Amino acid sequence: MSDQPNLARRNMIIGTTVAGGVAGVAAAVYPFASSMTPSDRAKAAGAPVEVDISRLEPGQKIDVEWQGKVVWVVKRTQEMIESVAKSDALVADPESGSNQQPGYAKNKLRSIKPEVFVAVGICSHLGCSPTFKPEDNVFYCPCHGSKFDLAGRVYKGVPAPTNLIVPQHTFLSEGKILVGEDQKGA
Amino acid sequence: MAASQKEPVNIDFAGPLNRPVSGLLTWVDQRFPLISTWKAHLSEYYAPKNFNFWYFFGALSMLVLIQITTGIFLTMNYKPDASMAFASVEYIMREVPGGWLIRYMHSTGASAFFICVYLHMFRGLMYGSYQRPRELIWIFGVLIFLTLMGEAFFGYLLPWGQMSFWGAQVIVNLFGTVPLIGPDLAVWIRGDFVVSDATLNRFFAFHVIALPLVLLGLVAAHILALHEGGSNNPDGVEIKDKKDAKGIPLDGIPFHPYYTVKDMFGASVFLFVFFAIVFFAPEVGGYFLEHNNFVPADPLKTPEHIAPVWYFTPYYSILRAVPPMFESQFPGVAAMGASTLIFFLMPWLDRSPVRSIRYRGLEYKLWLAVFVVSFLVLGWLGTKPTDFLGKIGGIETATLLARFFTVLYFAFFVLMPWYSARDKTKPVPERVTG
Repeated sequence: MSDQPNLARRNMIIGTTVAGGVAGVAAAVYPFASSMTPSDRAKAAGAPVEVDISRLEPGQKIDVEWQGKVVWVVKRTQEMIESVAKSDALVADPESGSNQQPGYAKNKLRSIKPEVFVAVGICSHLGCSPTFKPEDNVFYCPCHGSKFDLAGRVYKGVPAPTNLIVPQHTFLSEGKILVGEDQKGA
Repeated sequence: MAASQKEPVNIDFAGPLNRPVSGLLTWVDQRFPLISTWKAHLSEYYAPKNFNFWYFFGALSMLVLIQITTGIFLTMNYKPDASMAFASVEYIMREVPGGWLIRYMHSTGASAFFICVYLHMFRGLMYGSYQRPRELIWIFGVLIFLTLMGEAFFGYLLPWGQMSFWGAQVIVNLFGTVPLIGPDLAVWIRGDFVVSDATLNRFFAFHVIALPLVLLGLVAAHILALHEGGSNNPDGVEIKDKKDAKGIPLDGIPFHPYYTVKDMFGASVFLFVFFAIVFFAPEVGGYFLEHNNFVPADPLKTPEHIAPVWYFTPYYSILRAVPPMFESQFPGVAAMGASTLIFFLMPWLDRSPVRSIRYRGLEYKLWLAVFVVSFLVLGWLGTKPTDFLGKIGGIETATLLARFFTVLYFAFFVLMPWYSARDKTKPVPERVTG
C-alpha cells in the first residue's frame, strides 16, 4: 500500500456517491409531488350533470355546478340572438377560430339550439366568474374588465385572450340537457 | 482538553450573583460558542455610527416574530377545512377569549411587515446597499421578499372569504398561463380542478410550516452575510477602510448597546402605531382586511370588484396593464413576475462609482423618484376597477395610466446601466459625515 491517495479511485467514489444521492432524492421527490395531484375523489367529482331547463324563461340564466366549475345555461330571447350578430365587429374572434367549443357548437351563436346557450362561467383571463348583464347584452368580468357577448365571444381590447369555453353538452329531451357529455351523432 | 483552554467568563455587574453567574456562563461557554457569538454579532460587531431613520426598518422587520407568535395561537382554533374555515375564524373573533386581538395582530402584522420591508428596500436603493461587496445580502433580501409574498398569499386563502377564494383563483390561474405545462401546473398547485378544500389544506401547510422555515433560514443567511461584510451607511463610505490601532473601525460603534437601544426605541414607537391600528382601525378602510372577505367563499359568484391586498397591487396593476398576445395571457404574467425578479439584478445594473444618493447626481435622484411614483401610482390603480376613470378613445383611462407607469417602472431598471454610469457624482468623503 502506498501513502499516496489514489485520486482516480477517490473521484470515482465521490462521483458515484453524488450520482446515487441525486437519484435517491429524485426518486423520493416523486411520491411527494404526486401526492399534490388531484385525489381520486376529486377526479370522480367530474361526472356529467343533468340540468332541467323546462322552466327557464327567455332572458333568464341559471348556474349549475360541473367539475366544481360554474356552468351557465341562458335562454336567449330573440333580441339577445340579434345582439350577437350585431357584436360581430366588436369581438376578437367572431368565427370561434380558437378551440374553445366542441365542433357542434362551432357556429355563429356557439350553441346547439339558437336560444339555449351553455358556457363555462369562468373568464378565460384568470378564472373569475363574469356577471350576466342582460340590459347591455354582455357578460362583464368584474375582476379585470373583460367583456363577452351573449355567445361568450370575447370583446377586442380586454384582458381575456379567448372566447368563453362551451362545455360538451347534449339535449336529453326538449327540457333537459346533460353537461359533460358530447352530443350524439355530432 | 479544548474546553479548559477558554478564558473563564467574568461578570462584574450582577453584585452578589457575580460568582454564580460567571460560573454558569463559563460552564456553558466551554461547551458552546456563547461569548464568541455574542461578541461577533452584538458587542463587537461594529456598525457605522451615522445610521439614520431609515435604518430602523431592517430591525423592525424582525416583526416576523409577532407573526409567528400570533400564528401559533391562531392555529389552535383555526380549522383548515373548506366547510369549517370561515366559521372557525368567526369563532376566533367572537368566542375565543382574546381571539380577536390575536387575529387582528396577525392581519395587521402582515401589512406592517410589508410596510417595513418596502421601506427597508427603499433604504437599500437610496444608499446603494446592494453594491459590491454586499450583493449576496441583497440577493438573500430579495429571496426573503419573494418568500414573504408567497407566505402572505397562502395565508390570505385561509379565512375562506370571497376575496380569499377569488384572489387564490386568479393567482393560481397565473401559473395556468405558462406555455405548455400551465394547465397541468395549475391543477397540481390546487390539487383539484378548481380552488377547493384540497387547495385550502395545502395552503395551510405552506403557510404555517413550509414557508416560515424557509423564511427563518433566509433571514439567518441575510444577517450572517451582513455581518461578514459589515453594514453600509447613509454616506456609503466603507468604515473598515479606516481603523484604529486595535483594528476597530474609527467610525464604527458596537451594535450592542448603541443600536440595540436605538432599535428598542424604534420598536416602541412602531408598536404604538401598530396597536393603534389593531385597536381602533384593524381593517384600515378595507386596505388591511378587505370588506368582501367578510362574506364566505362562494365558488359560483365572483364579487363585483376584486383586488388583492394593498401590498400586491403594484404588481397586479402591471399584470392588468399588459394586453394578451398570441391568445395568451402569459405576457402579462411574465411582466408581473419580471417586476419582482428584476430586483435581483440591481447590483449589476448600477454602474455608479458611488453608493449613496448623497453623492450621486441629479439623474439618479430623478429616476429613483420616477420609480417611487410609478410604484405608488401602480399600487393605487391596483386597488381600483379598471373603468373607474372612464375611457379615452375606447380604452380605459386607468389601463392607459397603468401602461405608462409600467413602462417607467421597468425603465428605472433597464436604463440604469446608462444613466447611473454617466451621472455626475460628487466627491465622497473619506469618513462618514455623522
